[in-house]
Amino acid sequence: MAALHIKKGSTSHSAYNLRPNFSDMKERHTLAILVDNEPGVLARVIGLFSARGYNIESLTVAEVDHAGHLSRITIVTTGTPQVIEQIKAQLGRIVPVHDVHDLTVEGAVVERELALIKVEGEGEKRIEALRLAEIFRANVVDSTLTSFVFEMTGAPDKIEAFAELMQPLGLVEIARTGVAALSRGA
Amino acid sequence: MTRQMTGAKMVVQALKDQGVDVVFGYPGGAVLPIYDEIFQQNDIKHVLVRHEQGAVHAAEGYARSTGKPGVCLVTSGPGATNAVTGLTDALLDSIPIVVLTGQVPTFMIGSDAFQEADTVGITRSCTKHNWLVKNTDKLSGTLHEAFHVATSGRPGPVLIDIPKDVQFADGEYTPPQKVEVSHYQPKLKGDMAEIEMLVDAIEKAERPVFYTGGGVINSGPAASQLLRELVDGTGFPITSTLMGLGAYPASGKGWLGMLGMHGLYEANMAMHGCDLMINIGARFDDRITGRLDAFSPNSTKAHIDIDPSSINKVIRVDIPIVGDVGHVLEDILKVWKARGRKTNKAALANWMKQIEEWKAVNCLQFKQEGSVIKPQYALARLEALTKGMDRYITTEVGQHQMWAAQYLGFEDPNRWMTSGGLGTMGYGVPASVGVQMAHQDSLVINVAGEASWLMNMQEMGTAMQFRLPVKQFILNNERLGMVRQWQELLHGERYSHSWSESLPDFVKLAEAFGCKGIQCSDPADLDDAIMEMIEYDGPVIFDCLVEKHENCFPMIPSGKAHNEMLLGDAETQGVIQSGGAVLV
Repeated sequence: MAALHIKKGSTSHSAYNLRPNFSDMKERHTLAILVDNEPGVLARVIGLFSARGYNIESLTVAEVDHAGHLSRITIVTTGTPQVIEQIKAQLGRIVPVHDVHDLTVEGAVVERELALIKVEGEGEKRIEALRLAEIFRANVVDSTLTSFVFEMTGAPDKIEAFAELMQPLGLVEIARTGVAALSRGA
Repeated sequence: MTRQMTGAKMVVQALKDQGVDVVFGYPGGAVLPIYDEIFQQNDIKHVLVRHEQGAVHAAEGYARSTGKPGVCLVTSGPGATNAVTGLTDALLDSIPIVVLTGQVPTFMIGSDAFQEADTVGITRSCTKHNWLVKNTDKLSGTLHEAFHVATSGRPGPVLIDIPKDVQFADGEYTPPQKVEVSHYQPKLKGDMAEIEMLVDAIEKAERPVFYTGGGVINSGPAASQLLRELVDGTGFPITSTLMGLGAYPASGKGWLGMLGMHGLYEANMAMHGCDLMINIGARFDDRITGRLDAFSPNSTKAHIDIDPSSINKVIRVDIPIVGDVGHVLEDILKVWKARGRKTNKAALANWMKQIEEWKAVNCLQFKQEGSVIKPQYALARLEALTKGMDRYITTEVGQHQMWAAQYLGFEDPNRWMTSGGLGTMGYGVPASVGVQMAHQDSLVINVAGEASWLMNMQEMGTAMQFRLPVKQFILNNERLGMVRQWQELLHGERYSHSWSESLPDFVKLAEAFGCKGIQCSDPADLDDAIMEMIEYDGPVIFDCLVEKHENCFPMIPSGKAHNEMLLGDAETQGVIQSGGAVLV
């Protein structure tokens, strides 16, 4: 095979190395996606993630504009910066998608999640669970002589921390809504 | 100005209002009301295919050769599932197609009714968008929106599923002008700062190359004209993907030929050695890039694409420009001219000298010796005898497709119809039917392999019925040639199921269909036989018996870089390492 007859050292590298190379570092991003509330739209979004091998850490969806039939989908996903860019571009070309916002890069963000946590136990363990719930500002929404259902709202890591503390005290079941998020400020 | 009419009538009215003149379809229970309406009018011609897959490929052929969306009408259940391959093909090659499917009545959906399938569910991932219309009042708006989505931005296939009760019910028809403006409006103009940056790079480049794709053709004939102006103005060399052939003429000064896995030596070497790569409407497909970490290692890369998700998907680019090729080229030319039409002429002369050296390798040379026709010779003769004619070429998939791309020259866009992204064997016969339907007086040739050709050969019946004189030029090597080639190179010459056993007699087959059959096995007879095919007024099945073990070169083996091409059989021993063997 003939060698490349290219003069070395002339312009062996791009003069326009304007953008960094692909990085391997995984990042966690919260995306807010505004979509037409029509049948199948959620399947399109989820199908995109499964077909292209992207991660979904959490997903919430509800209609937020009843007059305009628009739903807001909040997805927490992880990936390299290149994958995150691809996810946003791929979401953007789904026809019923109006807007894709990467809240993680668009400034400070409020993230909240609601969880229902069932704890079973008696005696000292039961009292300790109730005491911790107070500290975490969790409400008791159901109670029997041997169990509580706590309701708590907070950032995902607060819910994680509470669930971890409940583990030795008789945690039996947990239901979480997934993250809802808004950017801070006006 | 709204009018009351049945859903079925609305479908026909909407098609008329969208300027549709041909529909490719196949009737069935769930679309009978629409067929009843088609029966009662003469504005839209219905082409009865022999299989729904054929309908979609025919519509693709129609769309690719005219630039207009192709339209299909099929029934529920099996009608819809048979359309899936065509939809996926159109999605991967960005072809605007509107497929209308019948569905069981709304009150029976979900009951596992006869010929019921979850059509929108099945086709969600193989359409650009799809709709299930449950209300006749919404039908006309959805039909118009479907045409808008199929043809705007990056084109693609769309599907509308219409339950039978919606077809029977009355509703209000809204003409296209009255339909609410869709929120789906992809951006056409490129960012001027990026365009300035690209012009700057054009002015300074020492070893530039244009790498163009199907996006240029999808953007319309004006984009091809602007491309020619830019390429000829700058004097830069240009190569194209399989999908982009014809956007720049094969006779043009800067033309290097196709690039990629079976691309030309000079094209791939130029891509590897360039310092500025300008990708226009191509997508760095794996057939193009080869080994990613060795892909054009020293170049600044610019990428013009209407689809933002194509940018930085596989190759990191330095100058991304999101926009329609035609609009962006216009701006590039404007800026480049305003800045004084500058290029680095001295460096460019050296680069062109280098390219001439690569061209001198003459990578497509072959020797036609003896009494057996070489497939390359067959295509070289076909090219020589049909060059300059009003000619459209379709292909099937495999070795013959690559040889056709190498040996046939295309002077204009929309003249070359081939399944690129999906690689659908069986594409060519129905595609040729669709092309001929749109260009009744032109010469339409389907370059085929015998194995691919058999996959949708039933469409010869369609060609006969509608008097479409398509020429089926079959390079018959009695092998699945490309599979056989890979088995030779990668699997120790164990030819597992890659031969065509029990082939039909193609001449008798032609007679059975009522068309003309020609067989040719002697190189000396080839020219006369090709002329006989061209001059015959009607469909022809041409059985060209060719060398059985010919391999397609040049070839970039899997897992190799552009500068590691194989030029001939002598170089093939042990070239593909285990890492490359897992790649397709």
